[in-house]
Amino acid sequence: MITPVILLSKDNMTVLREQDVVPFRNRVKEYAIKIRMGLVNQTKLITAASELARNMLKYANGGIVSIETIARGRESGIRLTFKDEGPGIADVNLALKDGFSTGKSLGLGLPGARRLASEFEINSEIGKGTKVMIIKWANG
Amino acid sequence: MDKIPILRMGRFLLVTIQVDLYDKLALDLEADLIKMVGKTNARGILIDISAVNIVDSFMGRIISNIGAMAKLVDAETVVVGMQPAVAITLVELGLPLRGVYTALNVEKGMDLLKSKVLREEETDPDDDYAGDSSV
Amino acid sequence: MAIQITKIFKKKKASILERWMQNQLAHVGLREDLISNDDLRADSSELIVTLLDTLNEKNLDDPDSSDFDPVVELLNSLSLSRARQGFSPRETGLFIIGLKEVLIGVLQEEIIDHKELADLSLKVHRLLDNFSISTFEAYIKGREEVILRQTDEIAEISTPVIRVWDGILALPIIGTLDSARTQVIMETLLTEIVESGSSIAILDISGVPTVDSLVAQHLLKTVSATRLMGAECIISGIRPEIAQTIVHLGIDLATIITKSTLASALQHAFKSLRLEVRQQRIDSVLSRVKPQ
Repeated sequence: MITPVILLSKDNMTVLREQDVVPFRNRVKEYAIKIRMGLVNQTKLITAASELARNMLKYANGGIVSIETIARGRESGIRLTFKDEGPGIADVNLALKDGFSTGKSLGLGLPGARRLASEFEINSEIGKGTKVMIIKWANG
Repeated sequence: MDKIPILRMGRFLLVTIQVDLYDKLALDLEADLIKMVGKTNARGILIDISAVNIVDSFMGRIISNIGAMAKLVDAETVVVGMQPAVAITLVELGLPLRGVYTALNVEKGMDLLKSKVLREEETDPDDDYAGDSSV
Repeated sequence: MAIQITKIFKKKKASILERWMQNQLAHVGLREDLISNDDLRADSSELIVTLLDTLNEKNLDDPDSSDFDPVVELLNSLSLSRARQGFSPRETGLFIIGLKEVLIGVLQEEIIDHKELADLSLKVHRLLDNFSISTFEAYIKGREEVILRQTDEIAEISTPVIRVWDGILALPIIGTLDSARTQVIMETLLTEIVESGSSIAILDISGVPTVDSLVAQHLLKTVSATRLMGAECIISGIRPEIAQTIVHLGIDLATIITKSTLASALQHAFKSLRLEVRQQRIDSVLSRVKPQ
């Protein structure tokens, strides 16, 4: 039996410039504290969020992030969805490999964010854009 | 414009990062530090990150850059005061801090720098010095 | 219109309860030690009342109908509490199965037409079987809760960080290392490192039954995180058979300091802190013991 995910609150934020990353991280932190996420999981979530936001800026000139607090059974968590209208990712599996980067970076953004999150989902269409969803459970 | 202050302590430089770094600030810090190392002939850099809550790959790269640049002008870099949650996250992220040493706090970092630099000065200066600098 | 099954049951309500109670009390598996006669009667009576309140001619065909939610809820809470009290699954299941027998018995007495009897019996069977299943589900859930609570308790008590010396911490790990536990261990260890200002941590794995590549990965992560903080981490308690598995699995632990016993790890720690432990010379001990 799959326990359904219940949406508790939703907030949208645009990340269009590098200066938007820090306020965005602070917003994520506020929500994480609200659901009493532990310090280590908070740090993991915000770091993953930071990686994904920077990725979005670098490859797609920014996009929209929705910050949602969700519950599944007795667990509560934060769901972040990053949506951009950039060039899309040609080979998602390759982009999820450590050390792969088309830009001049360490290539840790996507695979690192996936390791830091409890759940990770990516959809990308060439020429249309990319959507990345991560969930971090308060106790996971 | 914000600027991260660099303190001079004898032959070492101390930088305390207390705000979240963004591109401009980080690049300025890199440049200022290297200039300062040249000007003061410093042998070591201490970067205190005890007030930093988030280290992502961007910030990690800045730290590694500083380490590598310092090395080129013959100075060692020690990152001190990393918070436990940050360390756990960095390991999960898979981000190595290349080219820098680490220490628990400023005092221990200072001791580490002294031991590295003194050991180097005691030996023949022509020696090809290459410490293992990866963490 | 065919026979009104609800009418039959309602008419026989008192008798159903009595027979059901008799069945339960006569059963060899009755747990007098866990539940009193009065409580059992109260539970049974409440269930019958709730069932007869919700049952009608229409929903009899539909065991999944939401009409039965109060019955299922009541059963679930009974089942949950019994799981916690220590009833066996069989004892818990017999409760509702016993009721089924009584209900079928009543139908057999009241309905003469064979076809009708078979038809209605089948429906009652289906309905109560459905109840039995949710009873079991709730029972298992109750047990899972007990297990989860115990897991939490174990995780809490099993990560003691010991300050063995000024600047040296030791953390004996007992039991299996999974990712959740590794996180707890890392957090406790790193926090203690900061608080005590220790530069060396010893992770003793004598109590870890097996080291596979996953456990090794967790150990490596802990060592890496400790080093990022600026402290060194030694792994001790590597038994010969563990050393064998590590090599056979091709796990590379070359980057970390490993020792066979906590004592040798401690010795290594002393050395790197430039500390020395020496035995006192016997005459100097004697001179101190001797009265002036």
